[in-house]
Amino acid sequence: MEPILEIEGISKSFPGVRALTDVQFRLFPGQVHALLGENGAGKSTLIKIISGVHRPDSGVIRINGQPIILNNPREAQAKGVATIYQELSLYPELSVAENIFLGHAPKNRLGMLRWPEIERRAGEILASLNIHDIDVTRKVGGLSVGNRQRVEIAKALSQNARILIMDEPTASLSEADVQRLFEIVRLLRERGVAIIYISHRLEEVFMLADHVTVLRDGQYVGEKPVANVTEPELIQMMVGRTIDQLFPKLEARIGDPVLEVRDLRRLPMTRGVSFTLRSGEILGMAGLVGSGRSETAQLIFGIARPEAGTILVHGKPARINRPQDAMRLGMAYIPEDRGLQGLIRPMPIRPNVSLASLEKISGFRFLDFGRERRLAVETINKLNVRAFSTEQIVNKLSGGNQQKIVVGKWLAREPRILIVDEPTRGIDVGAKAEIHRLLSELAQRGIGILMISSELPEVLGMSDRVLVMRQGRIAAEISRADATQERVAHAMMSESEEVAS
Amino acid sequence: MTSMPAAAARSTSNGVLMTLRKIVASQEFALFISLITLIVLVGSVNSNYVRPNNLLSVLQGNAFAAVAAIGMSMVIISGNIDISVGSVVGVLAVICGNVSKAGAPDVLAWAVPIVLGAGVGAVIGFLVAYMRIPSIVVTLGLASILKGGLILVTEGREISGFNESFLIAQMRPLGISVPIIAMIVLTIIVAFWMRYSTFGRSIYAVGGNPEAARLSGINDRRVILIVFILNGIFVGIASLLFATQLDIIRATVPANFELLVITSSVVGGVSILGGVGTVIGSTLAAILLNAIGSALVFINISPYWLRAFQGLLILVTVLIDLFRRRRQGIGV
Repeated sequence: MEPILEIEGISKSFPGVRALTDVQFRLFPGQVHALLGENGAGKSTLIKIISGVHRPDSGVIRINGQPIILNNPREAQAKGVATIYQELSLYPELSVAENIFLGHAPKNRLGMLRWPEIERRAGEILASLNIHDIDVTRKVGGLSVGNRQRVEIAKALSQNARILIMDEPTASLSEADVQRLFEIVRLLRERGVAIIYISHRLEEVFMLADHVTVLRDGQYVGEKPVANVTEPELIQMMVGRTIDQLFPKLEARIGDPVLEVRDLRRLPMTRGVSFTLRSGEILGMAGLVGSGRSETAQLIFGIARPEAGTILVHGKPARINRPQDAMRLGMAYIPEDRGLQGLIRPMPIRPNVSLASLEKISGFRFLDFGRERRLAVETINKLNVRAFSTEQIVNKLSGGNQQKIVVGKWLAREPRILIVDEPTRGIDVGAKAEIHRLLSELAQRGIGILMISSELPEVLGMSDRVLVMRQGRIAAEISRADATQERVAHAMMSESEEVAS
Repeated sequence: MTSMPAAAARSTSNGVLMTLRKIVASQEFALFISLITLIVLVGSVNSNYVRPNNLLSVLQGNAFAAVAAIGMSMVIISGNIDISVGSVVGVLAVICGNVSKAGAPDVLAWAVPIVLGAGVGAVIGFLVAYMRIPSIVVTLGLASILKGGLILVTEGREISGFNESFLIAQMRPLGISVPIIAMIVLTIIVAFWMRYSTFGRSIYAVGGNPEAARLSGINDRRVILIVFILNGIFVGIASLLFATQLDIIRATVPANFELLVITSSVVGGVSILGGVGTVIGSTLAAILLNAIGSALVFINISPYWLRAFQGLLILVTVLIDLFRRRRQGIGV
């Protein structure tokens, strides 16, 4: 049999990042093909290339043996490629039938919509998927998430999709909805539709997929029939990296608890989190995107309010209602997204560095520009920021230097507790090593550091202890000696509980 | 840590040069040069234009708008907008006149529009900051309410026959009229305060990126509430100057007043996207706009061109701002 989709030697770079290097992928009709990889492995980039959102820098895409160039999503749709993204793309104010036929509704000779036919055919498509409980005249906004997803699948079929891409389709579904989704996927497979299935839940891969392709760091690792592969083998393929010398972990004396979190809750993302952070300790927090790590950090720092639970700082119960309260207790939070949450982009370096310490560089509520400038110069020197002046607009700096400015802003407060969320995301290798060395030095000075990271090598290389979050809970706590990539990855992805060690 | 003193050394030795370059590249400098060029050019065509009396009236003509533009600039820098200033000025002026006619002492009559302005600002600020209603919606609604209410209550009657001591905008201590003094003094105070106070810095931070400001420990809601209260005070002062500039107060909203005030801010270099600008710029722009209007008369061009020119200027300035931001990658 001929593959319906064949990809060879695809590479794609974005400014500053190489997203895909020489990736290959083959898909046959009637196949459910799982695409696996860690966060940032290049899965999203690959499916965006297949669905016409991005154009590859090099390489060939063949559909039914024909080399093709997809300039935009509409051309991909015309070739029979349909994508169901994590965030559903339906219009809540339109009816089910309207959504299914949006953009390609049957029209009469005067160009007017033929409503009875639209509704009849929408009903037929749903029935062909064994869906009989959705009224096609209802507004989509009133449907459950599971039903909306079914409408989205029906929409793909109405365009005669032969290749269906499903990006984490079960991420927000209930157990019953997941079962119905599986039935639909199997039904489509029998009809010869080829399905690319992306999921972090390995057990789904084993239940549903025929083949699996693994990506790592933007590169093709391998393709295997699911029948010939075990869960540990897949995890090994996904994370199999040696920890290099990028992580100069320095020995630090671990002292008394500085931050104790007890049964912290705020649904749906934080479902009872407890842990203790000690002075001088780097506590790594691993987990998939959406496992509730950032949300938990934001509860601790007072950005959102917990529904239940207690936080102790230096052994005393703390009332934290807003970031100022957390800051007064000696906490600092370096957020995940430096552009949206960290920097005031139209401002120069100097006011960005001083923003969290205005009271320190002012007297009687007026700023001392000399002290502010010295603080900025100190930060530039200490963190080795490559900038020509303290008056340079931060937005013109590279990602790594921007991140250093955000780090510097918080170090200026001399915190005792430092929460860092993805401290090295999207920055170059050199800046990464510098930030790692800095974190190590801070721990040596007795600062307790909670480090959220999606990069396993970083977590393993830097942490004294590793917490793994899954679905809003701490799924495992692993000591530095016991922490291996396989073990952490297993706790991140698998449903079985790991006993804390 | 390895240090990199080169950057630091350069940043201090280049300091003076950098500062100079920054001043020359600033919107304020461009406005000042435009103003001087305009005066020299028009003066060479018609020497009456550069007589001291005319230059003073050029300064005075938009002085009350410049005072309102100080508040407007703060509001826009904080990431908001106020399109109710015209209606508020109309209503406060009438109230101010009526208080005086009712026999209140002058100081009380002067204080009333300022206090009420602060109150109106507090209401707007509360709705914007704590109820999270976009400021354009809040002030549009308010403008409509006040415009209708003004005509209903006054039935279009005008107020006149004030004591001379009430008409503060016509007083000339030291030979310079009060509106000019108010414009210059308030501009300098606010410019200084915006640049050097921690609160001023917070306004820029909230306008530049509210989320990052909040995560850095700035109470963004309180900042916005206070900005609107301060704006209300400046609108109140503008109302007082407007009410007392003539011997009668008409029960109408000054036509297109908010357009003039917003144009002054934006042409003065206040970014409509927030986070950037100074009140020196907005005051210079208010003066420049009046200088252009007056120049049209002196070189015999219909003053109706002014309105069109004003609109053109605002579009061109915003476009320049957008291009500059795009170049710096500070996206829209």
